[in-house]
Amino acid sequence: MFHLTRKQLIGVGIFLFAIFVGVPLIIGATGRWDFYFTLTSVALLSIASAGVWLTFYIGRINIGQGAFALIGAYVSAILVVKAGWSFWLSLPAAGLFAALVAVVIGIPILRLRGVYFAMITLVLTQVVTLTALALPITNGARGMSSIPLPSGVSLFGIPILPDFASMANTKLAFYYTACVLMIVTYAALYRLVNSRLGHLCRSMQQNEELASSVGVNIAYIRVVIFAISSFFGGIGGAMFGSIAQSVYPSSFQVVDSVNFMLNCFLGGLGYVFGPMLGTLVLYFGWDLLFEFQQYQLLIYSTLLIIIIRFLPNGLLSLRAYKGRDK
Amino acid sequence: MSALIQVKNVTKKYGGLTANNDISFDVAENEILSVIGPNGAGKSTLFKMISSFTPTTSGEVLYKGDCISNLKPHIVARKGVVRTFQETTIFKNMTVHEGVVVAQHLRAKASLAGYFWGSGQAQADVAAFGKYADELLEFLGMSDISNEQASNLPQGSLRALGIAIGLATDPKVLLLDEPFAGMNHDETMHMVNLIRSVRDERGVTIMLVEHDMPAVMTISDRIVVLNFGEKIAEGTPSQIQNNDKVIEAYLGSADDEIGI
Repeated sequence: MFHLTRKQLIGVGIFLFAIFVGVPLIIGATGRWDFYFTLTSVALLSIASAGVWLTFYIGRINIGQGAFALIGAYVSAILVVKAGWSFWLSLPAAGLFAALVAVVIGIPILRLRGVYFAMITLVLTQVVTLTALALPITNGARGMSSIPLPSGVSLFGIPILPDFASMANTKLAFYYTACVLMIVTYAALYRLVNSRLGHLCRSMQQNEELASSVGVNIAYIRVVIFAISSFFGGIGGAMFGSIAQSVYPSSFQVVDSVNFMLNCFLGGLGYVFGPMLGTLVLYFGWDLLFEFQQYQLLIYSTLLIIIIRFLPNGLLSLRAYKGRDK
Repeated sequence: MSALIQVKNVTKKYGGLTANNDISFDVAENEILSVIGPNGAGKSTLFKMISSFTPTTSGEVLYKGDCISNLKPHIVARKGVVRTFQETTIFKNMTVHEGVVVAQHLRAKASLAGYFWGSGQAQADVAAFGKYADELLEFLGMSDISNEQASNLPQGSLRALGIAIGLATDPKVLLLDEPFAGMNHDETMHMVNLIRSVRDERGVTIMLVEHDMPAVMTISDRIVVLNFGEKIAEGTPSQIQNNDKVIEAYLGSADDEIGI
């Protein structure tokens, strides 16, 4: 199904080994347990960034992923706290609800192109934040706190997933969960981009009129892609809420939406794995500059401008890819 | 002569400006019909209405008796009426072959989910698309540039690629927008032969909008002439060449000439 070359298979193998075995070993040896939380965040943010990348793939600048992450976080929290659902059921429900909202919002706004679409999505995060403040079910500004940890799952009496609350080391468990989710997301994204739907997206990115003249239902595909994109956002947000055990209207803000977009730019819009790398570099870059205190933001933004100016196709374009290797 | 496309009393108004006024004509199956007229005569608008890229203000376009105006472009394309664009409208960042493969969307039998999971039908489709693209490019004499990036192609090849993309949809009627613009005599004659063979060997009915008079006279079975949004003449090339109204539209009337 993936048709990987030998070289790509080895690359994927090394990557999987590094995140599932290498990272825990290094953290165990150095005792930097806080890195688990950092890397878990990177994995989850890169899931949401993958969605943004996908909307770029149909030629739309999406600065509204924070809205869908927030929706996902709230839906999962409400289902777990108020309806008593298992977290593992609330996770796909959160993704699906975010996708549903994306369909409703997307039908009118996806007609817009370029900066007009970008402006509207920019507002979305703020709208969701204000909605969360106003609705009774989201508890307003107090938000949802002390969300229980994911419970165990067993099928026919056989335990499949352990109860997180009974675990000594939830950090490691969350890290593994986030990594698995991230890998599934990127595998799906890779497959989508290299299947016919991906080819149709590319044709729309290049010329919507021509695409519709050869019989592509561009309005339908735009909505489908936006829904998938928001599904990723919802999943990422729901998982984040579960780890933090709380969701507030400020959990995802406009600046987070902008960061999701920057992750894609930084990693490279032409490469499926661009947003993953972009998230890692952006997240760690910010932390590494912490020593510079008040100059942190200045140095950080200057570096970003330089990178975007001199590497318009993202960090992955540094690698000498032969042809279009996605 | 059975009419494949019937343009019936089609009018298009943009605010106070009438781009097309009450235009009617038929296109027969297997015909090459050209729409000509001076700049601003409303030729492109007429094409946009036939392919449903823009709605009519009044009137309708029938294809095999079914209305195809005021729909969505992809629905009209599905019915078999496909337009091409001028050379700048192309999938720039794809190779020639990729562009022709993508354009075969209407021939897809598997669902989009089937393509995602790689079902048997999807794999068969992908193989068939590639094969048909090779075939089509060979037919159009483009096999040697099959793997070129479209953005690197010269104008003549871009025009041919536009036709290849249109043909990839397996159309019954192909609307060509200025296929000869900016071409020299040899390139034009090559394109004329290409369009003829599309009609003769693939049974595609052709409508074209064009400025190049010698080419239009050579290629067309019949010609429709528009001027200021009105249809002023319809007939064979020789009838059109001797039509007073047409000569007047293009050269100005004798009275205008001396300022009376």
